[in-house]
Amino acid sequence: MLEKLKEIIAEKLGVEIEDISEESRFKEDLKADSLDLFELVMAIEEEFGNSIPSEDLEKLVTVGDVISYMKQQGIEE
Amino acid sequence: MLEGRVALVTGAGKGIGRAIAMELAAQGARVVVNYNGSEEKALETVRLIEEAGGEAWAVKCDVSDFDSCGELAKKVTEKYGGLDILVNNAGITRDGLIMRMSEEDYDKVLDTNLKGAFNTIRHFSPGFLKRRSGKIINISSVSGVLGNAGQANYSASKAGLIGLTKSVARELASRGICVNAVAPGFIETDMTKSMSDKAREAVIDSIPMRRTGTVEDIARTVAFLSDAASDYITGQVLCVDGGMAI
Repeated sequence: MLEKLKEIIAEKLGVEIEDISEESRFKEDLKADSLDLFELVMAIEEEFGNSIPSEDLEKLVTVGDVISYMKQQGIEE
Repeated sequence: MLEGRVALVTGAGKGIGRAIAMELAAQGARVVVNYNGSEEKALETVRLIEEAGGEAWAVKCDVSDFDSCGELAKKVTEKYGGLDILVNNAGITRDGLIMRMSEEDYDKVLDTNLKGAFNTIRHFSPGFLKRRSGKIINISSVSGVLGNAGQANYSASKAGLIGLTKSVARELASRGICVNAVAPGFIETDMTKSMSDKAREAVIDSIPMRRTGTVEDIARTVAFLSDAASDYITGQVLCVDGGMAI
């Protein structure tokens, strides 16, 4: 799942895939603003068919947070 | 020109809304003619567009209802694959002096005129974001700019639209989405026809150009704000009022 996520993040945030790791923080490291994050969530939902409610967004600080959040939703790959 | 674009005009059964729908269609856009009250009038708008060689589709939706607007967005996306131009025109009046204005008169006007625009923008903006383009045009009023005795509810809703326009314009500007308002002055429509001659004369005296405007004056302005010609304009209130709000 990390590879797929990295692709989506790279495309939506305009960053290089090599610069994205599980530790990357969306706001601080990847320079995403709130609109970027909204678009990213839309793209993730579209790709994985899940739903990420707005109230959960603030818990998702790093790329790793998203991966464990999705695993909790039963999405492994 | 608007060839290949899809436009939604709320409240397009008559008056300014109908003229906007017809103008956008004449410039090549496929137009969703939204209505709530009269299907007959909406179909008349569609017929006028088709007779002129354009393409239009009438869809009922009460814009003051949040979920109905969600359904509307779904329908439009299913039929056309997305929307390029959103014109929030639907509006009602319930005039009266503030001392006599009922709570219902206030709420109804705010729900349709202001919340209606929020509802459609709320449901269509994810699509605009995805496409990284879009034109949102909110029909405000000179009453929202200057205030108007007897129209506290209407003026509040139209002034509210200006705040909504400016905020959403700031939110979406980085994605190439333009959000503007048009503030018509005294335009000849059913809404203004009911005025007494005396009241009409008094209004005309307050217009620097000394004449009323036509629905086409507004339609042409909306067409400009829908077109690539206005791609660098966002968050503005264009007063089309013969100088009334100067």
